[in-house]
Amino acid sequence: MLQVVLDRTEPAVEWLIRLCGWSAILLVFGIFFFVFREALPMLGGKLNLTEFFTSAEWRPTAEPEPHYGILALLLGSLSVTALAMLLAVPLGLGAAVFISEFSSGRVRETLKVLIEFLAAIPSVVWGFVGYMMLGPIIIRLTGAPVGVCLLNGGIILALMSVPIIVSVGEDALRAVPDSYREAALSMGAGRWEIVYRVLFPAAKNGLLAAVLLGVGRAIGETMAVLMATGHAVQIPHSLLDPIRTLTATIAAELGEAVQGEPHYRVLFVIGLVVFVLTFIVNLTADLVVKGIRNERAA
Amino acid sequence: MNEPLEAKSAEEHDELREGQTARPVGAPGTPGHELFTATPVERWKQVAENIARFVCLLATLALIVPMAAILTYLLVQAWPALSFSFLVENPHDYMTTGGIWAPLVGTFWLVWISLLIAAPVGVLAGVYLNEYARDNWFTRIINLAVVNLAGVPSIIHALFGVGAFVMFAGMGRSLLAASCTLAVMTLPVIITSTREALAAVPIAFREACWNLGASRWQTIRTIVLPNSISGILTGVILQVSRAAGETAPILFTGAVFFSTLPEHGAGAFFPYGLGDRCMALSMHLFTLSTQVRGVTPALQYGTAVVLIGLVLAVNSLSIGLRIYLRSRKKW
Repeated sequence: MLQVVLDRTEPAVEWLIRLCGWSAILLVFGIFFFVFREALPMLGGKLNLTEFFTSAEWRPTAEPEPHYGILALLLGSLSVTALAMLLAVPLGLGAAVFISEFSSGRVRETLKVLIEFLAAIPSVVWGFVGYMMLGPIIIRLTGAPVGVCLLNGGIILALMSVPIIVSVGEDALRAVPDSYREAALSMGAGRWEIVYRVLFPAAKNGLLAAVLLGVGRAIGETMAVLMATGHAVQIPHSLLDPIRTLTATIAAELGEAVQGEPHYRVLFVIGLVVFVLTFIVNLTADLVVKGIRNERAA
Repeated sequence: MNEPLEAKSAEEHDELREGQTARPVGAPGTPGHELFTATPVERWKQVAENIARFVCLLATLALIVPMAAILTYLLVQAWPALSFSFLVENPHDYMTTGGIWAPLVGTFWLVWISLLIAAPVGVLAGVYLNEYARDNWFTRIINLAVVNLAGVPSIIHALFGVGAFVMFAGMGRSLLAASCTLAVMTLPVIITSTREALAAVPIAFREACWNLGASRWQTIRTIVLPNSISGILTGVILQVSRAAGETAPILFTGAVFFSTLPEHGAGAFFPYGLGDRCMALSMHLFTLSTQVRGVTPALQYGTAVVLIGLVLAVNSLSIGLRIYLRSRKKW
């Protein structure tokens, strides 16, 4: 009976499956559409875009004239991401090389599971770690007045974005055919020479994609930077300056902003900026990966 | 009788071996020894390899050791607070004492409802991409969309949730709106893992089924899904772990700063309707550590440890299932 019903409904089910298959496209457009819809009233001339991108003054609730300049926030986001990548890329690629080329069997599996655990730790816990543990350590080591700063956020973000660099980078190294390694070995190359002279050039697109995905992850991260960077609107001059990022601003102020007011809408404009930034980074990463696949196929 | 004979033969054997080990092929003084001794270049290569291995090992340890240290420190600091009553008591006295019952129940329902929404859509989308979609430009766009959806930052999901579910769909700030937002955020995890699980089922299984006259959907229902169900499950479990840990998407869509729940009776387990707001463990940790003054640190660390424990336990389940599956794969 159930069989008959299940078989009779086949066309309907196939349409349902098709619809679900298209859901990803619908959602990506939906996300852009709904964020854009809330931001739109501000974009039609009410927001001075030159001031928006070039002024470091972020005073959304000032009377009578609020200032919406995101330069400091943008530089905050970029500087903390850059610092995180400075730490995460060497560590991540080193770990990817170790897992893929210098370890095997049990060790490799264990390391991969540990890296997966690192990726699973929720961002609010990372923020908590930065706020409660790393902050005091930084104060004690450097004598800085506050421990929540660019350096703190950079370290935390590095630890958060490293797992994706390791796993994508390791995949890229594994994807290099063993015949490349064997050819290099037969010509007398050592393990390190194989990594440096053969694997890196062969896997460069995959490794680049790994780094880009790490960048995308770091730029978009919210809770950790909200708690670990000190949340002060200023253009950073040293590693120990507290900073504020685009994402943290949205998270901190959306709750207070009155729905429909300019402040609320400007936060959605910032959301658009973050969305476009991460979209470009992720798209580039994807195209870079597609690039290798096509090269392989050809 | 036999003893001397045996002894002699053993001696002879030893002599023979000694003779061999005394002058191995390629030893100094024998012809061809240059072949087997390391030249300076080769020795340098060995050193370089060791240095490289050591540096890479250091990089790996630089990731593992802080994680271990952090987890240990969290556990040590949280130890005084951790008890059964910590789990089943509501926060008291402006959240400065008591336990985490209300946030725990809130997280539980947020995760379940988001799973109920995301799992069917995600699994069917995976089925579409692996079983129905042809290799054309449209499918490539879908794949691109899945990849990009996975890369959308959680705060953008929060804005989307506010714009689409809270405002446009008129759900208001509610459990349902927050769950929908979490579902959208975790959908790519389920789609990707479902597709991988389905792709692992050999094409021959499908062909055999088609040859018996089964339609595409019958084949999927009776052959493909049963053979890949555990692989799909690992993805679903991963979704649970991500949804439980996220904070930003629920901050403005349905999570509430503070609410009390009955601690006993049926009301303690499903205390609200879909339109109510609820507390969540991840947001509770954020509130405790940055918004409330006078909280004993043990309480904060305790909340962090419960959240991390929950997420890592769910993750281990997924990893364990994956390893088990790989070990008993039949094809």
